[in-house]
Amino acid sequence: MHKTKIRIRDLKVSFGKKEVLSGIDLDIYENRVVGLMGPSASGKSSFISVINGMINFEDEASVTGRVHIDGFGQLLVKGDHVALRKKVGTVFATPIPLPRSIFENVVFGSRLKGTRKRSELNAIAEESLRKAFLWDEVKNRLSESALKLSGGQQQRLCLARTLALKPEIILLDEPCSGLDPISTAKIEEALSELKTDHTIILVSNNTKQIARASDFVVFFYMGRLVESGPTERVFTNPEQKMTEDYILGKFG
Amino acid sequence: MNRRFINKDALIRLVLLLFALSSLLFLFTIFVFILSEGLPLFYKAGVSSITLGMKWAPTKGYFGIFPMIVSSFMVTFGALVVGAPLALACATYLSEYAGKKTKIFLKPSLELLAGIPSVVYGFLGVVYIVPLIREYTGGSGFSILATSLVLGIMVLPTITSISFDSLMSVPAAFREGSLAMGATKWQTVYRVVLPAARSGILASFILGMGRAIGETMAVIMVAGNALKIPTSLLDPLRTLTSNIALELAYATDDHRSALFSTGVVLLVIIMSLNLLANFWVKRRVSR
Amino acid sequence: MRINPRHTDKLMSAGLSLQALFTVGILILIIAIIFIKGFPYVTAEFIFSYPEDMGRLGGVFPSIIGTIFLGLLSIAFATPLGIGTAIYLTEYTKESTLTRVIRFGVESLAGIPSIIYGLFGFIFFVIKLGLGWSLLSGTLTVAIMVLPTIIRTSEEAIKSVPKNLRTVSFSLGATKWETVTRVIIPSAAPGILTGIMLSIGRAVSETAAVIFTMGSSLRLPTSIMDSGRTMAVHFYILAREGISMEKAYATALVLVLSILVINILAYYLMHRMIARYS
Repeated sequence: MHKTKIRIRDLKVSFGKKEVLSGIDLDIYENRVVGLMGPSASGKSSFISVINGMINFEDEASVTGRVHIDGFGQLLVKGDHVALRKKVGTVFATPIPLPRSIFENVVFGSRLKGTRKRSELNAIAEESLRKAFLWDEVKNRLSESALKLSGGQQQRLCLARTLALKPEIILLDEPCSGLDPISTAKIEEALSELKTDHTIILVSNNTKQIARASDFVVFFYMGRLVESGPTERVFTNPEQKMTEDYILGKFG
Repeated sequence: MNRRFINKDALIRLVLLLFALSSLLFLFTIFVFILSEGLPLFYKAGVSSITLGMKWAPTKGYFGIFPMIVSSFMVTFGALVVGAPLALACATYLSEYAGKKTKIFLKPSLELLAGIPSVVYGFLGVVYIVPLIREYTGGSGFSILATSLVLGIMVLPTITSISFDSLMSVPAAFREGSLAMGATKWQTVYRVVLPAARSGILASFILGMGRAIGETMAVIMVAGNALKIPTSLLDPLRTLTSNIALELAYATDDHRSALFSTGVVLLVIIMSLNLLANFWVKRRVSR
Repeated sequence: MRINPRHTDKLMSAGLSLQALFTVGILILIIAIIFIKGFPYVTAEFIFSYPEDMGRLGGVFPSIIGTIFLGLLSIAFATPLGIGTAIYLTEYTKESTLTRVIRFGVESLAGIPSIIYGLFGFIFFVIKLGLGWSLLSGTLTVAIMVLPTIIRTSEEAIKSVPKNLRTVSFSLGATKWETVTRVIIPSAAPGILTGIMLSIGRAVSETAAVIFTMGSSLRLPTSIMDSGRTMAVHFYILAREGISMEKAYATALVLVLSILVINILAYYLMHRMIARYS
């Protein structure tokens, strides 16, 4: 059976007086693409920032509950967030290339880990770019500035950059918003291949993308987990009326 | 492993904090030493005998610097009269009228003007301006007029750049609104933009004053060396700054203390001007 | 009689541009005079030989060396402190009373006139610390003088680095310090460098603070405890004592030229670094 990669119990997140996530209980299984859907302000991004540890940079955030990552331990204990961020890779909604060459972008994380040898870095770069379906397009211009790439290419570069660290969990927060259909398709294709080695959480406001790309879907609304289950089941036979309405586009 | 990591980051933070505190340390040290050298004479000879005294003969016990205080203010106002209108015109032109090409050309020019050493300004003043004045008016040429002219040019960059920033931060909507109502460009500038930038422009004037009153080398060369309160534009003078610079090298005991006392007075004046300017700037920001 | 506002508009437009032109004209005039009057006397001999007869004859080599030392050493002291302060204020704290106090301190330092620095350097470094009139006293004094400029320009440069670059760096597992050194400082480098070069320019043109801390010895400074002249000081003495007009102009030319070169270099480097990264 599938192993649980991330176990979440009673996760609550508040910013000051405003409660953003209220009591989430969820199991995320290994090597799946988990789609996280819901309208804006339903807590999806906050959820992501708990998993990748970035929430610790928000001073007004208070987080309670238990989040256990297989192979890492309890998340919400005062701990070594740097190690966590090496285990969990994140691709953000807007591609943020570093202002340097394509090659340097991809190997940025590897250099942080201490990898120095040029041959190793080259290998890492090629492997990561291949997995992000970007290698063929850039293999001859690795030393060019990353800012010269198109939006879709930049986003795949950001994916490759994350992959270079061989994270066990990959989070993608609305990665295809603003991208053309071809780039979107390439990223979805990459995800379907990546899930064999990684656990992937894909946040999206686009229900069609969730239906296409995920195996398991979770529906958030206003900070609560409304429904979760295998994608096919949820989309053909939603248990909650709200889920059905959202999928049909009645709101959000 | 966890603990080592946290410690390293905390250590870095501490070191950087110490670096940041160094500025305060330096400021504190400067004040302490200037005051410790300059204040005792105020107690010994009395504040009013120094700040209001008319006679400066420090080796004989006379420490009056009032003429120099007056002279400093006179050349500072003179510098403003000479430099402020021109600087404001430049700033207005740069922000409201100049095209991109002109901007790229003008801004560095201003910064270059600011980069020329004050001694060079003083030198050119003594070689060209002073004789010119001497020729047309008799007298020595070393005068308030000469000093104001030189200082006026020296404060140009300061006033221009701060006024420029002020003008640029006036929202475009103000201009657009005025033009949309049929006003000419000049009317827009005169009635809308300049008033909106008023606080920042005033702040730039005050900062320009601060620069002028603190200027030493250029003033020494063109002001002459008179110890009396100047009564006309053509009279020579001695400012607070030149007082210090001219005599520090060979002053001892009370004489030297008097120079530090002069420094204290100068510091007080300049700090007040800076505080005033900051107050105006904050008014601009909160508008 | 009402003047047609359109006429006023054209008039003021012309008037303003004329005044701007006039200002630039002054700059050009200054540089032209120095150049024309000084150029004939700036020979290789002038640059590389020693002054004789109080500077009436000979060259300015010791002052050039003194200037270079002062410029580079004072920056060497001020830059780490300045960049470190800027990093602390922008990356390691939030706005609080402490940061406001520190900023106030920096602004105040910036507002102190050079003669006061001269007084301070004189009493503190030369006399109380017993360093005497020396390169060291001068360097330390000038370093404090340029510190606020470096802090200000570095802070601005760091602030203009987009926030999301930090997010990316953290998400890839970098510590705060690694983010600062590998992402933020490289991106802010053009601005920081400009600030440094401008400060060198300022250090080189300083006279009042330098003459009372470094002294005015005509000899070539060979150690940090030696006294010496900078070109600005040498120029001042030549001019004030009326020693030699020709040498004065020549010194002024070398001085102004150096500052011009430093300024131009600063802008060139800045543009080149910006181009390289984008």
